[in-house]
Amino acid sequence: MTQVTDVTRSIDARGMPCPGPLMSLIGAIREGSVGDVIEVLSTDAGSFTDIPAWVAKASHEIVAVTEMDDATAFVVRKMR
Amino acid sequence: MDTNETLSLVLCSGTDDRLTGAAVLVVGAAAMERPVEVLLQFWALDAFRADRITKDHGVSPEAGTEGKARWDRHTGTHWSEMLRQARGIGNVSIHACSLSMDVLGIDQDDLDPLVDDVRGVAAFLASADGGITFV
Repeated sequence: MTQVTDVTRSIDARGMPCPGPLMSLIGAIREGSVGDVIEVLSTDAGSFTDIPAWVAKASHEIVAVTEMDDATAFVVRKMR
Repeated sequence: MDTNETLSLVLCSGTDDRLTGAAVLVVGAAAMERPVEVLLQFWALDAFRADRITKDHGVSPEAGTEGKARWDRHTGTHWSEMLRQARGIGNVSIHACSLSMDVLGIDQDDLDPLVDDVRGVAAFLASADGGITFV
């Protein structure tokens, strides 16, 4: 959905209320390997604050936040 | 703010709206790597009975008719599932209040496995090192 070409896994969390998209991201990060790039598509306004706060706390990396017509794509790299 | 202080919650209300609000706090704290200690009292404890944890527990009186209707249309993750998710990602302990067990005539076997054990208030306070939030 985004122009980032190295996405390992994309999660469609559109329509999920808070904190669903964040929980989906956490699950995917835990299942993945270091270096994986996870994309979460969210329509939850809470994701704008929650996902960056969790990524910083958990010491991962925000690669991109892209607002699209019907959702926002949060692209996160697993760092540890 | 960057803190690893324990989030200590005492849940007393047993309505689905308050339990959902509490579960959001618990799952958020677990995600942010804060330990969580929960004590279940009275009507919250009653809602954790294994045979009715996912049944309809109603909403708070202040919801009114319109609030209740909105709540019933809402399709989020059930609070018990959120708590299971929180336990899966973090350090979350859920205790049953000993007095409440007596008053309601509940045995630990009656409770959902989400509940770790039965505690007196002194033991709970010993593990709750921050302030307590009462729901």
